[in-house]
Amino acid sequence: MAASAVMETLRRLGRIRSRDELYQRIVTPDIEHAIERMPKPVGSFGYDAWGYNEDAAKIGLGLIRWLYEKYFRVTAHGLEHIPAQGRVLVIANHSGQLPMDGLLIGYAMATNPNGPRAPRAMVERFFPTVPWLGSMLTGIGAVIGDPLNCTKMLEQDEAVIVFPEGVRGSGKLYKQRYQLQRFGNGFLHMAMNCHAPIVPVGVVGCEETMPSLANIAPLAKLLGIPYVPLGPLLPLPARVYLNFGEPIIFDSAPCSEEEVTERVERVKTAIRELIDRGLNERTSVF
Amino acid sequence: MPHTRKTVLVTGAAGSLAKRVIARLHGKYQVVAVDFRRKVETDADIQSYKVATHKRGFEDVFRKHKIDAVLHLGRIFAHEDDRMRRYNANVLGSRRLFELCRKYKVGQVLVHSTYFVYGASAYNPALLDEDAPLKASELTQDLVDSVELENLAQIYLWKAPELHITILRPCNVLGPGVRNTMSLLLSRPLVPVLLGFSPLMQFLHVDDMADAIVLAFEQNKPGIYNVAPEDYVTYQVAVEQCGCRKLPVPSIPPLLPKMISGLLNWNAFFPPYLINYFKYPVIIDGRLFRDTFGFKPKRNLNDIFSYYRKHKLLNASAPALR
Repeated sequence: MAASAVMETLRRLGRIRSRDELYQRIVTPDIEHAIERMPKPVGSFGYDAWGYNEDAAKIGLGLIRWLYEKYFRVTAHGLEHIPAQGRVLVIANHSGQLPMDGLLIGYAMATNPNGPRAPRAMVERFFPTVPWLGSMLTGIGAVIGDPLNCTKMLEQDEAVIVFPEGVRGSGKLYKQRYQLQRFGNGFLHMAMNCHAPIVPVGVVGCEETMPSLANIAPLAKLLGIPYVPLGPLLPLPARVYLNFGEPIIFDSAPCSEEEVTERVERVKTAIRELIDRGLNERTSVF
Repeated sequence: MPHTRKTVLVTGAAGSLAKRVIARLHGKYQVVAVDFRRKVETDADIQSYKVATHKRGFEDVFRKHKIDAVLHLGRIFAHEDDRMRRYNANVLGSRRLFELCRKYKVGQVLVHSTYFVYGASAYNPALLDEDAPLKASELTQDLVDSVELENLAQIYLWKAPELHITILRPCNVLGPGVRNTMSLLLSRPLVPVLLGFSPLMQFLHVDDMADAIVLAFEQNKPGIYNVAPEDYVTYQVAVEQCGCRKLPVPSIPPLLPKMISGLLNWNAFFPPYLINYFKYPVIIDGRLFRDTFGFKPKRNLNDIFSYYRKHKLLNASAPALR
C-alpha cells in the first residue's frame, strides 16, 4: 500500500547520515547508466541550450523513481514504440491538476530499457517565474511551450512531450474525467514541419490523483496562475497506467488547416483508444 | 605596400576589446584609433585621437584620413553615465558616425551591439534568432539606447547599402581588462545572486570576440549576427567557477531586488535594470555567424572562468607577499 511505502521511506531517510550517502541512495548506478546511454549532447558543464543539466536530471530521476514505483505504482506498456534515437513528439492526454503525468511519462522514457531518452516536456509559461520550481523543472529537461523551442529541439533530435490540451486538460474537474478537451493544432504543424513521428500516449490514473470539484477562479486570478482546484492538497496515491501507442507519421506536404484538424482528430482517436485500454486493465483505482 | 593598405577607424579604442582588435589589424591595415576617454598610446604608426563621435571635431578625423572601414566598438555603458548623456553619445553619436560614413564614402561599417537588446523575460524561448523581436526597452528605460542604436543601424542597413553594415550581437564577453557589467561582477569576491533563480548564460572570451570582429570585417558579409558559443552554464555555477562567494538576495516581490540594488548602489555590477538578466535566460543562437564566417571560439568556459579565479587568488595572496 502507498501509505506503508511512505512510512517505510521516512524510516529509511531517518537512518541516512551523510550527504554522500543520501546522494547514492537517490542516484543509483542504473540511473547513472541510463543517463550515459541517452543520445543527448551537452556542453562542458553538462548543460544544453534549454537548461537541461545531467546532474539535475540524475537527482530528478532518482526522486521521481519513488513516485513512479512506490507511490503511483505505474504500469507502462508499449515503451518499444519510442525510438531509441532521433526526433519524436510524444503526445498525451493531460489531467490531475499538477503535472504528475508529465513527470511519470518522462521517467518511463528516461529509463526505457529499449533505449533511454532525455524527456523534454513543454510546460506552462508561468513556471519559469516561480523561484526554485522553475530552475528545477528546467534542470530536468522542461521548457516553456513556445513553438520556437519545440522546432529547435526537434531539429536537434530531441524527444519532446506535448500535452495539446494544456491547462484545459490538467485543470478540468473530476466530473469531466477521461473526457479529452480540445487539442491545439500546433503540435501537428511541428510534427509535419520537422518530419517528426508522433507517439500517442494514454494516461490513466492521474485523473484520480487530484479530483477537483471546482476551480476557485478568483483566487487563481489573484495568484496569477491558470486555476486553483478545490480538492485534496496533495496528490492521492492512485495507480497509474501509461500506454504508449505505435508511432504515427504524417507527410509534410502543405495542407489546409481543416486537414490538419482532421489529422489532430486521428491522434486524438489513437489516444482515446489507449486510454480505454488502460481503463480496461485497471482493477482498482488505488 | 603601405599606400594601398586599407584604413580602418576603430572607435572605443581605449577599451580592452578594441585594443585586441587593433593588435590583430596592425600591420595589415592602417589603423586610426578614436576614443572619447583618452588618446590611446599605441604603436608609432597608429594615429590616435581623443574625440567623442557626437562632437564636431570627429569629422576632422574623416577629413584627415581616407577611411575605408569603421569598426564601431565604442559605447558608454549604462553604469558610466546618466541616461541623457548616454543617449547622446551612443545613439546620436552613432547617427553622426553613419552620416559621416556616407559623406566620406566609407565602404564598410561594423557595429558592436549586445544580446541585451533581446530583453530578459520568462517567456523567451531559448536559442533566439537574429529576427527575434528586441524587447529590452519594453522592460527597462535604461536599455533604450542599446535598442535605439540597433534600430538606427538597421535603418542604415537598408537605407545605405553602400555602407555594408554588419551588426554583431555578442553574448557576455569576459576576460582580462574587460570592464562591462558582467566582468566587473565576476571580478568581485562577493556577488549577489537571486534566491531561487539561476538563469542559463553564454560567455565568450574577449580574445575570441576580437577574432570574431576581425573575421566579420575581413569577410565583409553585411547583416545581423549573434555571436555566441554552443556551450551554456547557469549564472550561479559561473559565480562559483569564478571563485566568488554568493550573496543571496530575495527575488520576490520583483521590486525588492531592484530596490536593494538601488539602495546599496550596485549600479556598476548588479544594476536594477539588469536584474531580469539574472533571473531569466537570454540564450542566443550563434549558428548563423558560425556558419557564415567559419567562426569557432578557441577558449572554453573553463579558460574564461579560470582568469577570474586566479585573479582572486592573486589578490588574496598579495598582502602576504608585501
